[in-house]
Amino acid sequence: MLPASPVEVEAYVILSFVLFVIGTLGVLLRRNAILVFMSVELMLNAGNLALVAFARQWNNLDGHLFVFFVMTVAAAEVAVGLALIVAIFRSKNSIDIDELHQLEG
Amino acid sequence: MSQIVPLIILIPALGSFINIFWGSRLEEKQSALIAIFASTGAFIIALLLYFNLLATNYQEAIINPFFFDSWLRIPSGGVEIPWQMRVDTLSVTMMLVITGVGTLIHVYAVGYMHGDERFSRFFAYLNLFLAFMLVLVTGNNLLMLFVGWEGVGLASYLLIGFWFDKAKGEGYRNANAARKAFIANRVGDFGLLMAIFLTFWTFGTLDFFKPGEIVNPDVQTGAAWSDHHGDAYGEDDGHGAEEGDHTEGEASLGATFVLTSNAYAEEVEDDHGDDHATDPAIAAAPVFPDNSHLTMEQMGAFGQAERMIAEQEESGEAIMVQFGPFEFRFGVVITIITLFMLLGATGKSAQIPLFVWLPDAMAGPTPVSALIHAATMVTAGVYMMVRANTFFHFAEVTSFIVAIIGVITALVAGFIAIGQWDIKRVLAYSTVSQLGFMVAAVGIGAYVPAMFHLVTHAFFKALLFLGSGSVIHGVEHGHHHVHDHGHDDHHDDHGHEEAFDAQDMRNMGGLAGKMPITFVTYIIGTLALAGIFPLAGFWSKDEILADAWLVGIGGGGFLHSLSGYIALVGLLIAAGFTAFYMWRQIELVFFGEPRSEAAEHAPESTAWITIPLMVLAFFVITLGAMNTPWGHRFATWLEYSARHAHAGQFQILLAIIALSVGIGGIYLARVIYGDKKGYDAERDLDALQKTPAAPAWHAANQRLWWDDVYFAVFINPFIAAGKFLADVVDWRFLHDDFHNLLTAGFQRAGGMLATPVDRGVIDGSVLGLGRFAQWAGDRMRRPQNGFVRSYGVWLLSGAILVVIFLLIPLFQNGG
Repeated sequence: MLPASPVEVEAYVILSFVLFVIGTLGVLLRRNAILVFMSVELMLNAGNLALVAFARQWNNLDGHLFVFFVMTVAAAEVAVGLALIVAIFRSKNSIDIDELHQLEG
Repeated sequence: MSQIVPLIILIPALGSFINIFWGSRLEEKQSALIAIFASTGAFIIALLLYFNLLATNYQEAIINPFFFDSWLRIPSGGVEIPWQMRVDTLSVTMMLVITGVGTLIHVYAVGYMHGDERFSRFFAYLNLFLAFMLVLVTGNNLLMLFVGWEGVGLASYLLIGFWFDKAKGEGYRNANAARKAFIANRVGDFGLLMAIFLTFWTFGTLDFFKPGEIVNPDVQTGAAWSDHHGDAYGEDDGHGAEEGDHTEGEASLGATFVLTSNAYAEEVEDDHGDDHATDPAIAAAPVFPDNSHLTMEQMGAFGQAERMIAEQEESGEAIMVQFGPFEFRFGVVITIITLFMLLGATGKSAQIPLFVWLPDAMAGPTPVSALIHAATMVTAGVYMMVRANTFFHFAEVTSFIVAIIGVITALVAGFIAIGQWDIKRVLAYSTVSQLGFMVAAVGIGAYVPAMFHLVTHAFFKALLFLGSGSVIHGVEHGHHHVHDHGHDDHHDDHGHEEAFDAQDMRNMGGLAGKMPITFVTYIIGTLALAGIFPLAGFWSKDEILADAWLVGIGGGGFLHSLSGYIALVGLLIAAGFTAFYMWRQIELVFFGEPRSEAAEHAPESTAWITIPLMVLAFFVITLGAMNTPWGHRFATWLEYSARHAHAGQFQILLAIIALSVGIGGIYLARVIYGDKKGYDAERDLDALQKTPAAPAWHAANQRLWWDDVYFAVFINPFIAAGKFLADVVDWRFLHDDFHNLLTAGFQRAGGMLATPVDRGVIDGSVLGLGRFAQWAGDRMRRPQNGFVRSYGVWLLSGAILVVIFLLIPLFQNGG
């Protein structure tokens, strides 16, 4: 049983929400693939923060466990995602995602 | 013995079959031999049956041919009509006449039809006719009679129209005559059919008599009991029982024949079989001398009728017959049945009002006229009525009508015959007239004289027809002779040849010396027909007249008595006509000077033709002996198969009157036509115009306008109606107007359907579906713009929506 945090759980949730919104806006508004990538990471970590905060709130370790999974999958995703970005750059000489619209309907 | 009777039909049928299918490959002689053998075979069988009847004391037999035991069986309807043949005195009489005269005519036809291109076909038809005629007379039920009735109608049709392909419109006339005969007979056949239906409805059977039934209890020797059981009764089953072949169960009733006079319970005696032919009162009878032991189902139509009549007389109450919702008195039903039978007889036996086909039927070859349209087929109606004598005897009103029709027919046809020039047409009307004698005899209840006259008439009318054929043949030969030798340089003069009518008596004359055999036999036939003593016609005609007289004074009811007087007077006058027109014919044909070169060169016919003439003449002379007033053998003979047959009584005064009428007719004809210089048509006609007899002669010459009236009343309206239907209704209306209307209507309807329905609804729906798909695709394409970020927005908004949905219950619960 962890000692009670001096910081209220609401603060963590608000921070998480802010981080998530920043990440979302970054994904939607930025055109640089790297930055989009980073924004995705930001969103993931916002989620992680919320999970950890709630886990602590309810004294449940499931949240912590899940965060490890998320971080592991995020690491793998970074590897795949960066490889993709390198491949895109090689073919297009750019990493502007708006130029990747060959699959439009 | 009687079991051979199916052969009498099979043999001619086989002959016909061979000649139809192989006739074209056979020589004339071969075809003729086959046909004559078939006919002779049938005659021999008829003779065997005749002797068998004599030997078995007139024991009738009912035969089920092994190949045809039942040919119509409808269990649910209770209809069971066996193909049964009846050998009794009546049917054997007819068989003898048909096959006897038939065989002679077959022989004659070999000479007459020599050289015809369809020689074998002719004999095939003749044999076919014999087969059907024998079906008609041997059948034991009305339906078999009807089958034969229709069959002879078919044969008649085929043979009347036999020369349908003759040139110059003659073939068309022949075919027309055949159609006329067929159509007139259809009317009669309708009547017979109705009579058959009504008989079946009333009695539940069409059989004349069923096995084991006794036809005439007064004289009957007993029905033909089964021989299987007959033996048990020892010596008494000797005659008759052996002939029974019945499979019915009555056999156990036994075949004990006892001698009876009137009381039948006397003991058996050994001499019972002797001399029954001449003494019907002493006849062997079974234990059951009448049919009282039989149930209604065990009796044929006539037996049932006899019993119902007897019951009706006994109780004094009318028996009712149910016809569905209707109910008729038994007497009324019998009257209706007999009237329909009479209609049938007027068709087949050429009585008023349907007799018009018979004179035209002379378009057929002369042997056909002799066999079918004089001797046999036309007597079928008389045979049928005699067969149904039980009905006619009971139906007083019908009998009266029958007598009247017979007398009127005899008078009208006899009168018309006086004014005809065509040698065969005179004989045709004579036939109609003589059939009238027979029908009148049936009408007054003189069934034996009717059959007697039928038999004698078959012989002398066949003789006369064959004689006339011989004359025609001779004149035609003479004509060809003249044409070939006398006018060698006039070969282009074909019009003269075609205009010559070898049947017109005005072209004849003086043939007595040129055709002596034909002449002598013709004279014999004529005298017989005129009723001159002692030829056959005298006896038979006198029997009818004597019976008419007896009926008249007998007082058996007003109608009956009246019909007797009418028949007596009418038939005497008709007999006068008969003698007159026949002697007129003799004078015109054989006496005087030849009136054409053809007649002058006419040769006597060949032996094929003259021998049958002589044989027939022999029978015409001797046949009267079979029913002389002293023996009445024929009456005795027929009593075994006709319940109401009875011997007539000879009236010497009446015989003298009839004889003098006949001689008077002959004398008159001799006076008028017996000109030494020969008859001159133009001169004599001019002379005739000045006498009071002119209108009468004209009427006779125009056949009393009978045909014209039919044409005006029935045929022309019918043709007009047909033309109207064909031209106006079918062609103009249906083909033109209606057809056009229909086409236009379809076009308009099609046009109306094409634009709104096809283009609008059907095309619209299909095309609209396509357009919708296009539109929807276009719309759905828009979001897929390929920009990842816009997808991201969709993703986000989706996620937000999910979250909102998840949060809604929270707010509800919390709120």
